[in-house]
Amino acid sequence: MSMTATRVALGDALKALGEVNEKVVVFDADVASATYTQTFAKAFPDRFYQMGIAEANMTGVAAGISEFGFIPFVSTFAVFGTGRAYDQVRNTVAYGHYNVKLAMTHAGITGGPDGGSHQSIEDLALMRVLPGMRILCPCDSAETHQAIKLAAELEGPVYIRCSRMPTPDYEEHPFVLGGSHVVREGKDVVLFTNGTMVSQSIAAAKILAEKGIDCAIVNLYSVKPLDEETVRSYAQKCGKVVSVEEHSIYGGLGDSVSMALSECCIPMKRIGVQDKFGGSGKPEELLAAYGLDGKGIAEQVETWLKK
Amino acid sequence: MEIRELKKKSCEIRKSALKMIRHAGSGHPGGSMSVVDMLTVLYYRQLKNIDPADPHRIDRDRMVLSKGHANPALYAILADKGYFPVEELSTLRQIGSRLQGHPDRSKTPGVDACGGSLGQGPSVAVGLALGAKAAGYDSQVYVIVGDGELEEGQPWEAAMSAVQFKLDNLTWIIDNNGLQIMGSNDEVMGSGSFEDKFRAFGFEVISIDGNDYEQLIAAFDKKVSGKPKCIVAHTIKGKGVSFMENEVKWHGAALTDELLDQALKELDEQEAAL
Repeated sequence: MSMTATRVALGDALKALGEVNEKVVVFDADVASATYTQTFAKAFPDRFYQMGIAEANMTGVAAGISEFGFIPFVSTFAVFGTGRAYDQVRNTVAYGHYNVKLAMTHAGITGGPDGGSHQSIEDLALMRVLPGMRILCPCDSAETHQAIKLAAELEGPVYIRCSRMPTPDYEEHPFVLGGSHVVREGKDVVLFTNGTMVSQSIAAAKILAEKGIDCAIVNLYSVKPLDEETVRSYAQKCGKVVSVEEHSIYGGLGDSVSMALSECCIPMKRIGVQDKFGGSGKPEELLAAYGLDGKGIAEQVETWLKK
Repeated sequence: MEIRELKKKSCEIRKSALKMIRHAGSGHPGGSMSVVDMLTVLYYRQLKNIDPADPHRIDRDRMVLSKGHANPALYAILADKGYFPVEELSTLRQIGSRLQGHPDRSKTPGVDACGGSLGQGPSVAVGLALGAKAAGYDSQVYVIVGDGELEEGQPWEAAMSAVQFKLDNLTWIIDNNGLQIMGSNDEVMGSGSFEDKFRAFGFEVISIDGNDYEQLIAAFDKKVSGKPKCIVAHTIKGKGVSFMENEVKWHGAALTDELLDQALKELDEQEAAL
């Protein structure tokens, strides 16, 4: 199976979108070679704005330019784009309801060797609480292309969460705001996941299947709005729920799922980054260390189910 | 509009803003008074293609009030120009009102940008100026920034980018009244010469008495090419009301009925003398 990092797909997707929509512009804070927005920059140098290492200003400038009909995609590392520029996203983009798209990369711990300062484990929490913010978290190249296209079609702010670590390229499936994708049917427990954790959850499900545990997997690529109907129906069908995310267990996908289930009284376990920061290492080493590879996920699910 | 008429208009705007704040029971009269003259020149003489019947007209000039707490002055002007009924001014800061405590572009017709979280307006203005040029519009973009606001870091990021992109359609006005909540700018965080700083960043800098109409008009009319313009407008906080002028306590306090009457009387006298 071919592998692509969603950051690489992001660059390709922006270029593809730029070819059919001349209003698409891209903003970078001196990291285009890492976020792959350089792919767009090379194709459309006149529609690419290099803003220097100044994320706060970049975010506000994007809001301003959108007023003339442009569709700005602001891109940098997730930790800086949603964290350092949080008040600009909050008080300019979201409060002002500007047509700004935040397409960030290096989300989660799989940013790898750069370490915890560069790894965003809280971006979903920060973006979820903003009124009107829509959040998409693609798991592969196809979903990234669909997310970028969808973001451009939607009026108002959208956050797109991409990663540095290559992930398997799956077959394309329908991708809509508030939608989800059932990756695997199962009856014992349902894993709600997205992004890089889709492939790891599939690996976990294989391990668990050998132990007689049949997992359903639902890819909740639309974190906000969430496909609450599917969440509730799979939770009720399987009777046990696990959220698997490359994000802090506070405020991310697990919170979204538990909100949707809060009136259902169904047991739920959250798998994600515990209350700690990331650190340096190879992505696969970090996933293993944080219990977020297939093996780690399977162990946590099995232990919990046996309780 | 001639200067005499502009000055008369400014007396009306000042009175309207003070009444609004009194009615709301809170607000920022000092900084509202200091920007009335620049706003009056902008809205009654300078801004092109602004149309209350079509507040989102794309080729209009833009005015970003980054020091959003001065919005009673802006609201008074927008109502006078017909963006919304004058009666609505009495709803300032009240629940359900379109006139929020700080500017909200989604709610108030004629407001070009949100303001309130200080330091963010200049970036939006840079984006507007960039967008106007990229889309081929002749729109001029004005941003009014407080002096205390320049203690934030973001405006300096914006200043660098305004010069980098050669935004000669951008006019950056500093309302340099010298005072902020906790005292003088120098007491709170000494900022030195804004003229020197913006010149060093690469702006065309014009230093004026920001309550003087001849100087405001000359500064706005000055043509600049290839770089943004910065008008350092030395103003008086509380301008036009004797007991408010240069008094820091009027940064954020509503007037009593008695003081409002006194202020209105003073402004009536100033208007009559014109």
